[in-house]
Amino acid sequence: MADIHSRIQGEIDQNPVMLYMKGTPMFPQCGFSARVVQILTHMGVPFNSANVLEDMELREGIKDFSNWPTIPQLYVKGEFVGGCDIVTEMFQSGELETLLAEKGVGQKTGA
Amino acid sequence: MAMAASEIEALIKAALPDARVTVEDLAGDGDHYAATVVSEAFRGLSRVRQHQVVYAALRGRMGGELHALALQTSTPD
Repeated sequence: MADIHSRIQGEIDQNPVMLYMKGTPMFPQCGFSARVVQILTHMGVPFNSANVLEDMELREGIKDFSNWPTIPQLYVKGEFVGGCDIVTEMFQSGELETLLAEKGVGQKTGA
Repeated sequence: MAMAASEIEALIKAALPDARVTVEDLAGDGDHYAATVVSEAFRGLSRVRQHQVVYAALRGRMGGELHALALQTSTPD
């Protein structure tokens, strides 16, 4: 477990917006994962993702890491933001945009 | 594998006696639910912490027996 935890810690430290999901952004394999991808894409937020279906150790390790039983899981600047319900709620209320702006990981500037 | 809505409600109420809980079976298959939980216990907690309290009440069933539970938590007005 220690190894997978340090690997996850490394990933969320390195990637400002990191999504653990089922499938890939192009081919999500779960409706909940698809919804979070859709929100991030709609907001124009650059993000990295990991497919837990390809890695059983990651699939179990990520739940243990965050003490959160479900996937997807979204991390911003190393901090666990939430799963599909929370991300959706935060998107609808505008809190997600505020959080991303505060963390300096807002929309692509195109520059 | 499936869980009854009443069982979900009972587990949440056991952990949060003051909670107002509504559980809706979304697909009618005993596997995809939406729950709304209103409790004083959530006051001052982040959404992540609020949901963790509910997941803890479900004692490991979430993500296992219970595949999908869309959750909305709030404090009483």
